[in-house]
Amino acid sequence: MSERLFTPRALITTLLLVLLAALPLIAQAVGDRYILSVGTRIVIWAIAAVSLNMILGYGGLVSFGHAAFIGIGGYAVGILSANGIQSGWVQWPAALMAATVWAALVAALSLRTRGVYFIMITLAFAQLVYYLGSGLAAYGGDDGLNIGRSRFTGLIDLRDKASFHWLCFALLCAALWFCGRFSRSPFGHVLRGARSNEGRMAALGFPVFRYRLVACLIAGAFGGLAGVLLANEGAYISPAMMSWVKSGDLIVMVVLGGIGVRFGPLYGALAFFVLEESLKPGLDLLHKGWGEYWQIVFGPLLVIIALHAKGGIASLLGFRHD
Amino acid sequence: MMAGKLLGAATIAAMAFGLQPVWAQDSIKIGFISTFSGSQAAIGEDMRRSVDLAVEHLGGKMAGKKIEIVYEDDQFKPDVGKARSEKLVQQDKVNFVAGYIWSNVLLASLKTVTDEGDTILISANAGPSQIAGELCNKNFFSTSWQNDQTPMAMGEYLNTKGVKSLYVVAPNYAAGKDMAAGVKRTYKGKIAGEDYTKWPDQLDFSAELTKIAAAKPDGIFIFYPGAHGVQFVKQWVQAGINKTVPLYQVFSIDAITLPQQGELALGTLGAQEWVNDLPNEQNKKYVADFKNKYKVYPSYYGAQSYDAIMLIASAAEALKGDLSSKDKVRAELKKANFKSLRGDFKFNTNQFPIQNFYIQETVKDPQGMMTVKTIATAVKDGKDSYYQKCSMK
Amino acid sequence: MEVLIQVLNGVQLGLLMFLLAAGLTLTFGIMDLVNLAHGSLYMMGAYIAWTFISWSDSFVLGALLALPATFIVGVIVEVVIARRLYARDHLDQVLATFGLILFFNDLVRAIWGPAGKSIAVPPFLDHTIEILPGALYPAYRLAIIVVGTGVALLLAWLVARTRLGMLIRAGASNRRMIAALGVNIELLFSLVFGLGAVFAGLAGLMAAPISSVKIGMGDDILILAFVIIVTGGIGSIKGAFVAAMGVGQLDIVGRVYLADWLKAVMDPAAASAAAPAISQVLIYIVMAAVLVWRPTGLFGQRQ
Repeated sequence: MSERLFTPRALITTLLLVLLAALPLIAQAVGDRYILSVGTRIVIWAIAAVSLNMILGYGGLVSFGHAAFIGIGGYAVGILSANGIQSGWVQWPAALMAATVWAALVAALSLRTRGVYFIMITLAFAQLVYYLGSGLAAYGGDDGLNIGRSRFTGLIDLRDKASFHWLCFALLCAALWFCGRFSRSPFGHVLRGARSNEGRMAALGFPVFRYRLVACLIAGAFGGLAGVLLANEGAYISPAMMSWVKSGDLIVMVVLGGIGVRFGPLYGALAFFVLEESLKPGLDLLHKGWGEYWQIVFGPLLVIIALHAKGGIASLLGFRHD
Repeated sequence: MMAGKLLGAATIAAMAFGLQPVWAQDSIKIGFISTFSGSQAAIGEDMRRSVDLAVEHLGGKMAGKKIEIVYEDDQFKPDVGKARSEKLVQQDKVNFVAGYIWSNVLLASLKTVTDEGDTILISANAGPSQIAGELCNKNFFSTSWQNDQTPMAMGEYLNTKGVKSLYVVAPNYAAGKDMAAGVKRTYKGKIAGEDYTKWPDQLDFSAELTKIAAAKPDGIFIFYPGAHGVQFVKQWVQAGINKTVPLYQVFSIDAITLPQQGELALGTLGAQEWVNDLPNEQNKKYVADFKNKYKVYPSYYGAQSYDAIMLIASAAEALKGDLSSKDKVRAELKKANFKSLRGDFKFNTNQFPIQNFYIQETVKDPQGMMTVKTIATAVKDGKDSYYQKCSMK
Repeated sequence: MEVLIQVLNGVQLGLLMFLLAAGLTLTFGIMDLVNLAHGSLYMMGAYIAWTFISWSDSFVLGALLALPATFIVGVIVEVVIARRLYARDHLDQVLATFGLILFFNDLVRAIWGPAGKSIAVPPFLDHTIEILPGALYPAYRLAIIVVGTGVALLLAWLVARTRLGMLIRAGASNRRMIAALGVNIELLFSLVFGLGAVFAGLAGLMAAPISSVKIGMGDDILILAFVIIVTGGIGSIKGAFVAAMGVGQLDIVGRVYLADWLKAVMDPAAASAAAPAISQVLIYIVMAAVLVWRPTGLFGQRQ
């Protein structure tokens, strides 16, 4: 363990985590609060990506409806807040519970299918939730809803950007720690075994369906957590947070970072946001007006990554699949 | 190789993040949020052209200070719009944020700009009822309208015209339902039927048009912004229903959609607070210069954006370029002491305009270009229905 | 009378969706490629057709020129990118073809500008036909039904009766086998991909006169096309056809009749609020139900 800390990849990961932890101070020092806003978003989406990685990376289950968990987490906070229940002690457990129950329902029905059929059935369920959110006229419908942030009186004020960032960062660390334990546990071994050969694991007597179901429940809960944080970050909820495009973005983050690698989702989320923030101004620096067409560069960049960087950014840093 | 690429991207990122506006003090910075990519990019383009024209008409300066406009693309997504607004306020440290086509993008961005950033936001299009009512804000001004006002004006006109029965069709999302509710609030005739279509992925209206043909109403009311307006008008004509049932619309036939709708839209009636032929000097100059420069007619999106810049200019001039006191800036903006393209207007207590609404007809101009012309005034000095819910007095 | 017209509306919608889904299910079934950029080919078909139609001033000529051009675009995409993806993970394919969507959308904006384009209905079809006394139907929509049916029959013949079709069927069930047969597999794959592009382009240019040619027009209905091929069973042309026709009718039912049916069992105000919401998710509910019942779609291969 001790020597692993000093490999280049471990150094880079450590540096990255330290940088994220120190971001509120850095932002204050350079007088640019915006890098803190982007940093907090990166941390929240990294939690969501960690959650997707648990089933996609370790379980080989490509969920194309992961944004639904984010949406359910966010809407649970928003709906309670709109009805006058501001306490985070009520909101957060309720949100995680709601996301987990939905995950149980979706997984129980979807796990009968495989491959692309699984992709599409998870999408179908996510679309159901999306249109339900659009139809909730009392909670803003398609326009979304401005909400108050969760209250943890006396403990932490979520309106303070720095405290909120540190809270998100602590939760990300917890998620990453959990993910490491999860993947090394006997449970994780069965899950990964079923990814490579489902028949063999079943023949060995493991109830693969049940293992996968539990993995989905855990991933759903973490997805819901990301939704809770996202709702608090913007003090706003809308169906857009669970559109299929967001589910697609999450897959891109996980693949970009490195599938089935513990820190992959963090790299993926970071790369995704940094590219989104920097390509446009970067191109504009090269030639005024080019920034407008940044996706002409971003698109082929994704193609190149898919073609030549199998294993994503993590593989470039020398990580192997856990 | 990949590592090199990523490093390059990181360097660009660092440069972009590190760019600090050292000249911020000598200029007036305005952030402008609109949609510049995707299927609705034409609207953003029209707004940007009008902003550029306004800056040109001002000689590039307000009260002797250089005007700097920072355009940001919301990609038609609320979360992206919010992130871009954050960048404008927190990183570019703009004096004003303007623009916003869509209600959901505006609602997502509102608190970031007006509360957390204490920056003045001027909506050049979106006008959700919440912001006119309970969410009204001293830092929020509108140079457009509240969503319900335009369809309500249409409803009034349909009453005076004696349209006995009306079939209402709108997309099934928040603004669509608002528009339908708006026209139903003032229209006193019979509602022959109502359809709420899928949004935004329904490209075919044949089923709804078949129902309309069977219901035989005196008129159809629609709200289909952008490309959907093009589709509805085309299919209305192709189904032959244009020969029997006339079309009354809001935000569905305008300078952006007309090049595609062409002669199919001839004779249709719509409601709007601004029309390109309103007879005031500033409007004549704006429309003539716009047509000269871009070879097309401007739309109300553009006119409202032009007004937003001119409103800012009026406050900057009155304060001789000193924008340090937000209270003074707000007081000056509230006077609306500028030459609006729609003619002079006053701000209501919720800082939405008190203004006229006109009925416009789609016609062909002498050069053969499709456009709209004013035929009647539907509402005089109209106020929205929510200002009493606003706590500002 | 009204019912007949609504059925025709559903048929026409279903046929358009079938054209889009056919290419998707072919590339999926034979090359095992999840091609998210299929919608971009639909868009390219419409934009290229607009260019040729404005240049030649004739809808038919422009359309005939656009089809081979779309074929070439398809083959270029196949040779430059797609063929490198066949052996890869589905996730790599999703990432790469998602990148292609972004590229094509901005490419179109750079070439044709941000404003949409309009293709007029050809004059000889710009009228309504009285299909039954008192029942008018737009001639152009009848033309879509005729062309769509023709293409579906052509495809059925191609798959069932020709050597190419034999290879396609063989490829859908066992990819290694056709390589073992000594077939030039690279050529076959390029051909199939190009063919899929032509069908997508044809759908795009036929839909153009009733809708509009705009950036991202393919993204909206791509999801619907995926729903169709998954419900029908991946790789099955028959499945795609049945599912597309089903989706066409289902869509009409949701939009036209659902509200009335609901009113029979519940409060009218609640029914008219619920009907549009339900109709929006109807196809997803049906797809999920089909997959729970048959996990590989209606006509998909059993695992």
